[in-house]
Amino acid sequence: MAEPATARLVDAGARASLWLQPHRIGLIAVGVVLVVCAALFMRWDWLPNYYGLALEGIWRTLWILVVTCVLGFMLAVPIGLVQVTGPRWLSVPAYWFCTVIRGTPLLLQLWFLYYGLGSLFPQYPWIRESFLWPYLRQAWPYAVLSLTLSYAAYEGEVMRGAFAGVARGQLEAARAFGMSRWKVFRRIWLPQAIYRALPTLTGETVLQLKATPLVATITVVDIYAVASRVRQSTFIVYEPLLLLAVVYLCITGILVFAFRKLEARIPARLG
Amino acid sequence: MSPPGWGGNLLRGLFNSVLIAAGAYSIGIMVGIAGAFGKLYGGPVLRDLLELYTTIVRAVPELVLILLLYFAGTDLINRLLEAFGYQRIDINGLVAGICVLGIVQGAYSTEVIRGAILAIPQGQIEAARAYGMSPGLLLRRITLPAMLPFAIPGLANLWLIATKDTALLAIVGFNELTQETRTAASTTKAYFTFFLVAGALYLLLTLFSNVIIARVEKWARRGMHVESH
Repeated sequence: MAEPATARLVDAGARASLWLQPHRIGLIAVGVVLVVCAALFMRWDWLPNYYGLALEGIWRTLWILVVTCVLGFMLAVPIGLVQVTGPRWLSVPAYWFCTVIRGTPLLLQLWFLYYGLGSLFPQYPWIRESFLWPYLRQAWPYAVLSLTLSYAAYEGEVMRGAFAGVARGQLEAARAFGMSRWKVFRRIWLPQAIYRALPTLTGETVLQLKATPLVATITVVDIYAVASRVRQSTFIVYEPLLLLAVVYLCITGILVFAFRKLEARIPARLG
Repeated sequence: MSPPGWGGNLLRGLFNSVLIAAGAYSIGIMVGIAGAFGKLYGGPVLRDLLELYTTIVRAVPELVLILLLYFAGTDLINRLLEAFGYQRIDINGLVAGICVLGIVQGAYSTEVIRGAILAIPQGQIEAARAYGMSPGLLLRRITLPAMLPFAIPGLANLWLIATKDTALLAIVGFNELTQETRTAASTTKAYFTFFLVAGALYLLLTLFSNVIIARVEKWARRGMHVESH
């Protein structure tokens, strides 16, 4: 019992020494010096004033990221599925949805929804009287909607490939076992497609994180908007932007790490 | 609803967008080729620095990078000019936008080209070395043409990303298609129409690019072994 543990320890030690080559120690030293210089010689006195606002901004960025990814993925599954197996009147619109969303900039979609649709809504009295009106006057529903649609289109394309990639024979075997079409989908097709899509899911989610600062342009106060506010009110340019970059790097790191853990849990034997 | 002249503005914006995208893309490919060679054949320090570059650029939102590089880059150049006793210059927004997007694109194309070079059958490069080709000749005659078929799907994707990333320059205030659209829309209050038209223009650009890409891919794959499924 003790032997494999020590072996693993030795192995980890060897890997660490392989990673920590002499030139890397030099590079790390340079990096530390740069960070210390930044901490000492740049202006950070604004930080206590905006501390609470920044935390709120990080929270809002994460909230938008999680909500839009979950909703977008739920939309992406049917969009991918109908393109593989659906009737023409479903597959053609799904194809064009993906093409249009992937062919235009997200910023334009966001502004189209917020300014374009937002300027049309007040013209209709029945919309203004409906219970949705208090929400439609705020910015965040448009942000969530456009980011969700964008994620759904990109991920829908991935899911289309993933659904098409599952071996025919497996589905036929499941049918031969007398499973209903829904059961085949739930037990065989969907899980295998998700395993296949998982590596690209990491990349798409990081891309989605990188798309979230766009919502600041329609007055949603995420972490990027907080940094811009600091810049505008204190005329300090670099420090908030650098800190912002570090925040995004940390979030990306956590995302990649979490997805890698998730991938490792799933048996990776594809037929 | 039909103000005269806005159509011309939109088309001018589209032209600017295509110009920035093309410039950024070319810079990106040059950075990518250099970066890929540095990553594959460079020394340990260079390799680590390039790894740092691609990781950071791919993890931080383009918008933040554009602002950082835009402010820092123009500031740095002006300070250098002052230090050497020259006048401050007003840096052209177009050039700055192209450079900034080029640096961002370079990180992605480094990875694409690195993967493509690794996909070349190793024997081809060894054979060229055995013929006594200099590294420059090897690059020009063997590595670049041989990696092209493997790199084109990734590079094509990067071109589409480049055309869409130009929209981000609207936030820095540059007059490309999205910014022109916003100006036109807020002047005429016809938000819905103008954003719809701009979307159609972007979509046309993408669809047109797809046709060209399909042609180029066919050309680059000429003479390659066709796998039959």
